[in-house]
Amino acid sequence: MTSLIQGAATAPFGGAGSDVVPTSHSPSPIFSAEAPLPLELKDISLRFGGIHALKSVSFDVRPGEIRAIIGPNGAGKSSLMNVISGLYSASSGEIRIGGRLLHRLRPHRLAGLGVARTFQNLALFPALSVAQNIASGLAFRRKVSLGAQILGLPQARRENARVTARVNEVAALLGLTGLLDRRVSTLPYGVQKQVDLARALAAWPHLLLLDEPMAGLTVTEKAAMARHIQALRDDLGIAVILIEHDIGVVMGLSDRIVVLDYGMKIADGTPDAVRRDPDVIRAYLGTDAEAA
Amino acid sequence: MMDWLNFLFGVEVAVGGLLSGVMYALVAIGFVLIYKTSGVLNFAQGAMVLFAALTFVSLIERGVPFWLAIVFTLAVMTMLGFAIERSVLRPLTNRSPMVLFMATLGLSYVIEGAAQLIWGTQVHRLDLGISNEPIDFGGIYVSQFDLAAAAIAAAMVAALTLFFRFTRTGLSFRAVADDTFAATAVGLRLNLIRSTVWTAAGFVALVAGLLWGARLGVQFSLSVVVLKALPVLVLGGFDSILGAIVAGLMIGASEKLAEVYLGPYVGGGIESWFAYAVALVVLLVRPSGLFGTKLVERY
Amino acid sequence: MTSVADFPVGPAPVSRRVLGIGAVLIVAFAVVPALASPYVFDAILLPFLALSLAGLGLNLLTGYGGQVSLGSAAFMAVGAFAAYNFQLRLGVSLPLALGLAAATSALIGTFFGLPSLRLRGFYLAVSTLAAQFFVQWALNKFGWFSNDSASGVISAPKIAFWGLDLDSSAGRYFFALIVVTLITVLVWRLVSGPEGINLNAVRDDETAAKVIGVPVLRTKLAAFAISSAIIGVAGVLWSFAYLRTIEPEGFNLDRSFQILFIVIIGGLATIRGAFLGAALIVVFPLLLARVSSALFGGVIDAGVLKLIEQIVLGAIIILFLIAEPNGLVAILDRARARLGRALRRD
Ligand SMILES: Nc1ncnc2c1ncn2[C@@H]1O[C@H](COP(=O)(O)OP(=O)(O)OP(=O)(O)O)[C@@H](O)[C@H]1O
Ligand SMILES: [Mg+2]
Repeated sequence: MTSLIQGAATAPFGGAGSDVVPTSHSPSPIFSAEAPLPLELKDISLRFGGIHALKSVSFDVRPGEIRAIIGPNGAGKSSLMNVISGLYSASSGEIRIGGRLLHRLRPHRLAGLGVARTFQNLALFPALSVAQNIASGLAFRRKVSLGAQILGLPQARRENARVTARVNEVAALLGLTGLLDRRVSTLPYGVQKQVDLARALAAWPHLLLLDEPMAGLTVTEKAAMARHIQALRDDLGIAVILIEHDIGVVMGLSDRIVVLDYGMKIADGTPDAVRRDPDVIRAYLGTDAEAA
Repeated sequence: MMDWLNFLFGVEVAVGGLLSGVMYALVAIGFVLIYKTSGVLNFAQGAMVLFAALTFVSLIERGVPFWLAIVFTLAVMTMLGFAIERSVLRPLTNRSPMVLFMATLGLSYVIEGAAQLIWGTQVHRLDLGISNEPIDFGGIYVSQFDLAAAAIAAAMVAALTLFFRFTRTGLSFRAVADDTFAATAVGLRLNLIRSTVWTAAGFVALVAGLLWGARLGVQFSLSVVVLKALPVLVLGGFDSILGAIVAGLMIGASEKLAEVYLGPYVGGGIESWFAYAVALVVLLVRPSGLFGTKLVERY
Repeated sequence: MTSVADFPVGPAPVSRRVLGIGAVLIVAFAVVPALASPYVFDAILLPFLALSLAGLGLNLLTGYGGQVSLGSAAFMAVGAFAAYNFQLRLGVSLPLALGLAAATSALIGTFFGLPSLRLRGFYLAVSTLAAQFFVQWALNKFGWFSNDSASGVISAPKIAFWGLDLDSSAGRYFFALIVVTLITVLVWRLVSGPEGINLNAVRDDETAAKVIGVPVLRTKLAAFAISSAIIGVAGVLWSFAYLRTIEPEGFNLDRSFQILFIVIIGGLATIRGAFLGAALIVVFPLLLARVSSALFGGVIDAGVLKLIEQIVLGAIIILFLIAEPNGLVAILDRARARLGRALRRD
């Protein structure tokens, strides 16, 4: 009955203890100490013709942590996220998701691996309602055949009911309940960003990739978004990779930070360590000085 | 001996195919020009070919001297280009490429209808004064007309190349084709350039119309050459003139060879779809054609 | 490729919609048959129904799914010839032949939809022409398809099955109407369910759809299959119920464009759009002929009229794309809203 909801927890990592159904009411962590890491990158390099967008980048993400990636414009942050989602293929390096080495990472397999993402430029489906957008994040879990759906057979109705329940749950979590029937294109940008997050959350991923979720938001909207992201970690134990330019937000929110510059990882550590890192200071002050 | 004759025959077929491929490329180039500046797959290119040829023939039939008819037709095509740019494309700025394409589909109906309404629906014979006698190249017979057509096409491509390499307008065309946004930002006059390109496309349509018209007679079915040019276009890549030429030759030759050597086994007449099959097979390997710019997708 | 046009305004409230649909059904099943003459059945209603269905099929693929096809007529032909041959060679009843024809069209449609997995935009649009030309060629070339008839034109079997004889004008109308109604209901179920979301997602942002787990490839192929099946059935109605002859020539490229025009004029990604567009396409030439004979009293000959028709049709397409990309549906909705406001004020 709950396959749609708990699928993420059972399918990808398959390890012991991972079939707990995480709900907003049960803040128990999904991962025990020996659970596999949600993500490990080893020596990832990426080229576009002459551009060396990523140079041998390695880092990992622990269960239930917020891992920020920061760096100046064009540093390769989005590219890295695209490599993790299989949209770009790395020219070398290893990716492990949930402990599993993936030789050929295909974007359409991503959701099944328990990974979901948002996009730097909104990639919602503007003609669909908020509810439908969120439901699209559950499409890969659907099992009932098209024919059964068209004929409205009982199993189709049950599946739809489960999806609706899940959509309502996610919407409630992000405060979108009143907007479920609105067409996405009619909503303000800040709300659309939340819908994007809701869609990514629909299938209850283990690892959430957020590419600048706060870009273009007002101060209040930013604060709300930050609260949501924090809640995802604290209450649901979801591991988050967060790309963000607002250093204040990043420092307050993240557990560990990766700093990229010209495609290279120049620092990696806790907010405090990164703040003091001389390379980071140089990279940031350097760009600031040039920009000024 | 038999083998040798067969071989010669094969070569003759291939050469004939290559030459008709030039004719396909001729139409395809008109598409490329417009695609590069306006991002439109201009389905009305075939109708423009018909319009140009009909106008020209009708002028000749009314006793207008050859060169004057050319100049006049060119002027008409330029006006047509301006009109299209103003009344159809400009109101559709910033709309999806598919919408633009469908608009040119509607446009082709309008132009085709108008051309025949103005000049009548009867078939006109067009004699460019080029003999159709085959020439013997050591046992390989090649149509003189096809050779001349290829030469004219080559001259036209050369002229276009010179224009785009060495004139101010031509150079700004290339800037627009490379990056519309930047070109606008530095103040290139986009509308003027686009209108110029439509004129150039009108010129290409005229040349194609004359050559195809001399071959098939000037009539309604002339606009159907667009269907021959489309597979050439996708095979070469929408934004490459070189691609249009190479693909034209490839499709011309393979089509004729297939008709001769494969046709008998399947009942013949495969020319109607063979080009599409060739283009499809290549596209499955290279989704942007042989020379087309790869779609860069950023997320 | 991104969406072809903006989505039309949201659906009307359910209760009003049910009323509207009920009214349309009553008119179609009771009022129209009571009033229509054989001429109206044969020259207007039957082509209208067949073309509406074809438009509905294409709208599923192009309007909802964002995959532009220029080869619809080929699938009409596949449907018509498949139904003919199933009846001729297996002696199956017409309803069964209809089902088999739909299946055949779906199969061939899926095959010609395969390039969509790799190609996008214009490259895909052009590649759908392959279906158009290949199917037409095959049907012309191999006499087997038309039972080796000398002229290539075969008369369609009578519309009679299960002891029913529906070969009169009204009978053929009812047959077509029932088929169209059933399929429309199924399509409506499809687009308002999860598959509708998938289609939309693939159309508006294929990459995002793929990454969040929408089965993009499956959705595209299903769209091609179902769309082709529907268009195939439309082909059966066209040749069995309307023309009563079957020949490849009627299913040429112009027919494909006509179906595309129906969808553009009516409204992309709406069910009503196909019907409104088809109505305009069918009625417009008749109207034009009437007007011209009323104004000029037969001075304008048929050939010229055809050209004028062509020009006006092209202009209408351009006009709609520029001024009302959401088609007649949007115009109708606006008019209704205005009417509603006016009524409320009084
Ligand atoms: N699809 C692509 N093709 C070619 N080059 C690309 C592509 N995607 C990214 N790049 C290049 O790779 C480099 C890194 O870009 P990326 O988008 O990853 O930066 P970023 O850190 O996300 O920057 P921003 O903060 O502006 O979002 C840039 O030089 C960019 O131009
Ligand atoms: Mg970025």
